Amino acid sequence: MKSDMTRRYAIGSLASTVGLAGIGLGLPDMAMAMTTERAKTLVDALVADINAVIASGKSEQAMYVEFERIFARYADVPTIASYALGVDSRRATPAQMREFTTVFQRYISVKYGRRFREFIGGQIEVQGARAVKSFYEVKSLAILRGQAPFEVTFLVSDRSGKDLFFNLFIEGINMLLTERTEIGAMLDRRGGNIDAMIADLRAAA
Amino acid sequence: MLLDTGFTLQQISHAFRFSMIWSAWGRVLALFAVILLAGCAAQDPGAAVTRDGISDPFEQRNRNVHEFNKAVDRAVLRPLSRGYTRAVPEDLRLVADNFASNLSTPGLVVNNLLQGNFKGALANTYRFAINSTIGFAGLVDVGDITGVPEVDTDFGETLHVWGAKEGHYVELPFRGPSTQRDAVGHVVDLFTNPLSTVLSGTQNEIRIGAQALDVIADRGRFGDTIDSVLYDSADSYAQSRLIYLQNRRFTLNRSGGSAYDDPYATGAADPYDDPYEDPYEE
Repeated sequence: MKSDMTRRYAIGSLASTVGLAGIGLGLPDMAMAMTTERAKTLVDALVADINAVIASGKSEQAMYVEFERIFARYADVPTIASYALGVDSRRATPAQMREFTTVFQRYISVKYGRRFREFIGGQIEVQGARAVKSFYEVKSLAILRGQAPFEVTFLVSDRSGKDLFFNLFIEGINMLLTERTEIGAMLDRRGGNIDAMIADLRAAA
Repeated sequence: MLLDTGFTLQQISHAFRFSMIWSAWGRVLALFAVILLAGCAAQDPGAAVTRDGISDPFEQRNRNVHEFNKAVDRAVLRPLSRGYTRAVPEDLRLVADNFASNLSTPGLVVNNLLQGNFKGALANTYRFAINSTIGFAGLVDVGDITGVPEVDTDFGETLHVWGAKEGHYVELPFRGPSTQRDAVGHVVDLFTNPLSTVLSGTQNEIRIGAQALDVIADRGRFGDTIDSVLYDSADSYAQSRLIYLQNRRFTLNRSGGSAYDDPYATGAADPYDDPYEDPYEE
């Protein structure tokens, strides 16, 4: 199934490249345009990596390291981090932004890694993808033991220059919104001091 | 303070008996809830909806209830659920879970029918019939094994299908996050299960006991997730409010009732679309 898709994609992009070269345009942007299949391919690979970690039986700490690697590889972390910081990202210095992004990446990996650890003995199956506005929605099903299967949805875009996911919904619960609420609350607790919030976040991760 | 003391077995068994007789109080509490909600409606300030689509004009009162609920969780529910998970093997917990689910099934059928969801009603009726007989009074979920999963619902969903608006966010004592519509749903659901009138007094006590146990079991099953929201969040009230509303809207969306906000259409889910959050802008 999957190899079939990859082959079709390969043939498709080859054909379009040849076609474009034929008429002397060779617009790489057109051949590179995101497709439903590519969105699904990304999530297929992401889910395969997550499933492999879940099945690996590694220690908790080792799993978090793996999840962070996966998150960094498949997610548009800078975009997610700056969304989570919300309006405050405008007044953050570039240095603060860099530090926040690094700490946030670790924090998300541990937090969501903990949830994914509960999937041990189960697995995630990619269902299908469709275009929504300027991005793609890829639905998957988490099938766990002794529990009704539930939906995990990924939003994928190439706006960062690469195909990456920028949001994740577990049974309708939106990661971006949830984290913006959390980071906002952490900032409020520190009277809006970004450095203090980053220190708290580092301690929480 | 209650929280600072350790728990003796006696306290736990008291707490448990308390939850057993809880439902005897259920109808009394229901009346209170109706009065409370009527009060809410009467002094409805019609406050603004936040940018995350949350309407919470009773926030201060809700926050007080939230602190109360957390204290109850810390003192009673969480320790009980931990003890239960530790003491009872997984297979036995599954059997107890099946038993409680089966007894709540007739209430699901009533709501399925009220929503005009005949397929759901049929599935749940089949499940109740087969699980109550071949499934040893509901101990084994034969329905699930034969590929007919439960079609879960409640009267809050029925109200949604009928076109009732969500109302404001409310956190209910003991129950936790809810909306005005779902709070009314909870009250009505005390009466939607036909078994409550069909069964004898003792049988109903068993049914209610099974449900109380189910609450404890669920708290244990999703223990880490609930702990992380309640005790690791910077603002557990805001987190549980957001998580509840998103998940509830997601669930109701599937029932195909009145049109709901498309999470993608609000722009909130798309940082690329919303200039406010777009890091590439400016």
